[in-house]
Amino acid sequence: MQLESMYQDIILDHYRNPHHKGLRDPFDAEVHHVNPVCGDEVTLRVSLKDVNGEPVVEDVSYDSLGCSISQASASVMSDLVIGKPVAEAMTISQAFLELMQSKGEGQPDEGLLEDAVAFVGVSKYPARIKCALLGWMAWKDATAQAMEVAQ
Amino acid sequence: MSSVHLDVEAVRADFPALARTVRNDKPLIYLDSGATSQKPVQVLDAVRSAYEQHNAAAHRGTHLLGEEATDLYEGARAKVAAFLAARPDEVVFTKNATEAVNLVAYALSAPGRLQVRAGDEVLITEMEHHANLVPWQQLCERTGATLRWLDVTPEGRLDLDDLDNMITGRTRIVAVTHQSNVTGTVPPVAEIARVAHEKGALVLADGAQSVPHQPVDVTALGADFLVFSSHKMLGPYGIGVLFGRAELLEAMPPFLTGGSMIEVVRMEGSTFLPPPQRFEPGVPAIAEAAGLAAAVDYLTALGMDNVAAHEESLTAHALDALREIDGVRILGPDTTKDRGGAVAFEVDGVHPHDVGQVLDELGIAVRTGHHCAWPLHRALGVQASTRASFYVYNTHDEVDALADGIRYAQRFFGTG
Repeated sequence: MQLESMYQDIILDHYRNPHHKGLRDPFDAEVHHVNPVCGDEVTLRVSLKDVNGEPVVEDVSYDSLGCSISQASASVMSDLVIGKPVAEAMTISQAFLELMQSKGEGQPDEGLLEDAVAFVGVSKYPARIKCALLGWMAWKDATAQAMEVAQ
Repeated sequence: MSSVHLDVEAVRADFPALARTVRNDKPLIYLDSGATSQKPVQVLDAVRSAYEQHNAAAHRGTHLLGEEATDLYEGARAKVAAFLAARPDEVVFTKNATEAVNLVAYALSAPGRLQVRAGDEVLITEMEHHANLVPWQQLCERTGATLRWLDVTPEGRLDLDDLDNMITGRTRIVAVTHQSNVTGTVPPVAEIARVAHEKGALVLADGAQSVPHQPVDVTALGADFLVFSSHKMLGPYGIGVLFGRAELLEAMPPFLTGGSMIEVVRMEGSTFLPPPQRFEPGVPAIAEAAGLAAAVDYLTALGMDNVAAHEESLTAHALDALREIDGVRILGPDTTKDRGGAVAFEVDGVHPHDVGQVLDELGIAVRTGHHCAWPLHRALGVQASTRASFYVYNTHDEVDALADGIRYAQRFFGTG
């Protein structure tokens, strides 16, 4: 069985006990993303702060309906980006996107992606990649909007 | 629970896909025929033979191959017509059921006797597949007509209590599914059509999930239009059918235009052929039509009553088996009365995507998501569901494997 390679314990743990879930104030941008194939959805808020002229992710909060992969991925994503400079968080986001496009062959940088390396098994299943990316794409979109507001 | 008059093992032997293995070297258990059916060798042979022996553009050419291609194509039309107890000139080949609905919705917004105008009403239902829903929303946006819809009851039936008021003197067309692709519900189309016709409204029935699975006689059905797709009834992709009553097709302007559908073309303007050619521009899908004809022959040889009885027996078994599992909720009717072989369900605490993933690991192919029926899911209070759908080649053992697979998913996610 390959189920365990997709549903690693890290993923199931995040699914059962998602981090940073629930919408919080204040926020600089809010987005609503939907996976049109299955109807899974996420509402996500981003709050940025300025640290010595550099934008930093102060908070990410979200409310979502979806499968274990999309829920766990949003949880892992929020862990990874909160507190990081936006530029660094975008680098992590890009690394995760590349991992998802790796068809199971990715050699993820654990130092960069931390718990998100657990999703390498998901990249073997094309139908589930969108699930894993739902929260990340929402964060990227919300952050871009927040940056525009800031400017 | 034996199936009457249908030798499933003999049927299965005709379907090459059913002999292959899938993940973990498991045999394929294909429970997704509602999305598309598998294809028997008879259909594959017919398509191949059309390309190998009779490949030419139909309705053109003065050569033998052209004549043979035309015979194949028009022969397919005659077969489909006989299958529905319709006339050949009432059968229009389209790309699929979706295009057929769009064809009618377009014709109803174009100038002519049937034109829908601002203030008119279009009645659909909350149960529809997006293919029989979005085109009507678009028609209303184009024309200023009002879209109304029949609600779905918590049991997954159409709420017909108010039918007499919902169909008004302003209703121009009622578009309704003949079998839900999610709940399997078979609405009383003949009864709806009777009320609609009393008030002067037309009726379009979406037969995508009914024509493959039960005997359908267009006169008994009472609908003015019936649409369906070949690929859900053992045939090839890329061809579908619009049945329309002759006098209505005659009154309808063309939808897609170009070659093959014209009578005379001058620079100033053109005139068009009578139906069904008026609605079939371009070189038609000849091999696909030949494949569809072979599918119709295959189903006719099995007997549509036998097909329906076999599926009813599988559905009864599935409803019983799923009811026994704690934490599983069946969407829609929980008996086989007025219900076909699509069984959608929820598993407490396990998202449909995750149910589908676990079943896939066991070799069981199901559909997950909203199955292109988002409003219906909303009406039933669920985000998404898992759907098993049955056809001529499915067995009772496969139904048991589905139930075992659901239990396995519950254990895997710690909910069972």
